[in-house]
Amino acid sequence: MTRYFTADHEWIAVEGDTATVGITDYAQSQLGDITFVELPAVGASLGKGDSASVVDSVKAASDVYAPVSGAVTEVNPALEDAPELVNSAPEGEGWLWKMTLSDAGQLDGLMDEAAYAAYVAGL
Amino acid sequence: MTVLNPAGWRPEMGERISAALEAPETVTGNRALHLEEPLLFEVGRMDHCGVDFDDVPGSPLAGLALRSAPVDLPGLSEPEAVRHYTRLSRQNYAIDLGLFPLGSCTMKHNPRLDEKVARMPGFADVHPLQPTATVQGALKVIDQLADWLVKLTGMAAVAMTPKAGAHGELCGLLAIRAALDARGDTRDVILVPESAHGTNPATAAFAGFKVEAIPATDDGRVDTAALIGKLGPHVAGVMITNPNTCGLFERDLKTIADAVHAAGGYVYCDGANFNAIVGRVRPGDLGVDAMHINLHKTFSTPHGGGGPGAGPVVLSEALAPFAPLPFVKPGADGALRLVEEADGDTDAPQAFGRMCAFHGQMGMFSRALAYILSHGADGLAQASGDAVLNANYVLRRLEHVLHAPFGAAGPCMHEALFSDDGFAEGFATLDLAKGLIDEGYHPMTVYFPLVVHGAMLVEPTETESKADLDQFITAMESLGERARAGDPALKSAPHFAPRRRVDETRAARKPRLVWTEQGA
Repeated sequence: MTRYFTADHEWIAVEGDTATVGITDYAQSQLGDITFVELPAVGASLGKGDSASVVDSVKAASDVYAPVSGAVTEVNPALEDAPELVNSAPEGEGWLWKMTLSDAGQLDGLMDEAAYAAYVAGL
Repeated sequence: MTVLNPAGWRPEMGERISAALEAPETVTGNRALHLEEPLLFEVGRMDHCGVDFDDVPGSPLAGLALRSAPVDLPGLSEPEAVRHYTRLSRQNYAIDLGLFPLGSCTMKHNPRLDEKVARMPGFADVHPLQPTATVQGALKVIDQLADWLVKLTGMAAVAMTPKAGAHGELCGLLAIRAALDARGDTRDVILVPESAHGTNPATAAFAGFKVEAIPATDDGRVDTAALIGKLGPHVAGVMITNPNTCGLFERDLKTIADAVHAAGGYVYCDGANFNAIVGRVRPGDLGVDAMHINLHKTFSTPHGGGGPGAGPVVLSEALAPFAPLPFVKPGADGALRLVEEADGDTDAPQAFGRMCAFHGQMGMFSRALAYILSHGADGLAQASGDAVLNANYVLRRLEHVLHAPFGAAGPCMHEALFSDDGFAEGFATLDLAKGLIDEGYHPMTVYFPLVVHGAMLVEPTETESKADLDQFITAMESLGERARAGDPALKSAPHFAPRRRVDETRAARKPRLVWTEQGA
């Protein structure tokens, strides 16, 4: 499983031709306590860069963008009752949705873990 | 700090406050004039009624809509109801109690003259369906105010009916849509800079446009090159907030407007911050095609309690023919009339429709006109100048203790923006805001605009005296120093409010919106 990162602080973990998407630990630390997560509809077709989900925190409502193009296959059912999972385990149990990859080549434009760490350090 | 009440308790009398904090709890929970007030449902009783009703024999509703179960509303006597709401009102903070530094909201004093005018029966008691011959005075107020708004903005026309800022934005975008439709143009993209108000992209999407964001520059303004680079045959227009949400004047607006017009688009300006430039800049001279004016911010109408607002939209020559109905116009006999219908009325053949059922917020119109006439042209220019001066005074007096992200970029307009940069580890904007409650102020706007980390947006307005500003600044300096030093007492503020720090996260995650009897 390979994990990639976007400049908008999403992560995408790719396994075969499907992927899991969430927001990074840096993103959750900047947003503060998350109070609600609006998830995409299963089956929705997403284009790379489309606004797919909204994360509400005590400070702001923030869009989460699709890191790649594809169709939503599953959303995290635990977030409805426990949006705080995005704070406590943003890159684990607090995942947002799973999707297919319609163009694996789009992953080439994303950062790997080391590149993202350097990017965050520079912010 | 100025000693306001030398005979009373003062901060240097430390022992007395610590003695007070160690004082036993009162039996009632009240603390002298701080009254502990239960919920309405806990004051009243479900099986009581505050009024004696006659028994009604039978009911025409029986078997149809008649309730079968009690509605479970608490019954209160009149004095119980009056005391409940009066006690709650005493726990509130209001512009009539003190400085209300809520940035982006323009919480300024409402002159009592304007309130008096709005309550005159000829304005307050009219009905929107009255024959126009019986409301000529009210129509004249609308007409005169419209004339002032057109003159102050340098525009061609004004739609008076929108009920508030975002409603005005919608009106402006519908006029742009109508103008595009009239020339058979299907362009559908609205460009919105990051420095614009959050309602702008929402309005554009609601009006059926696609929204594309334009980044901000390091000095808090629109990236003009990026915006011009996005122009093309698909761009219907731009929405720019000026002065913007960072409290800064968008210097390039004329350049941007010229480029947008050359590309066939229109310029919408969010005029929520018009109070900073009234009498000094005419948006029409900057190439604006449509701009709403929040009467309830710029021209004195109370909005701290949620309204009502009024958001007239001034329009350029290009958009004026599409202005919504109804509007006031002198008839051939000199009397004012309302142009109500597009069909069969040659006065408004291209009007795009209407924004609301009737003629707008009459109570706001009478207040705004009273404000304008009592200030006069010179007074309006002085008010905007004083608003900007006060904000810059706050900015320069506080930037040694609070980080001002755009402080080096020159003067601000009507509001001063700070960030939490430099606070001790674990201390945030929220802690300073809660500390401000202990100091007796309503907090400033926090965490907005989003482009600044831990933003604190302070709008003092022109109605504060230097003495009041100095006292506020002293409080802010102290709080800024405590946040930098990591004073643990600030983490648990407020200490003196009727309630201590509330759990805002839990309130948002698990809101209890329906009262249930304890233990039930």
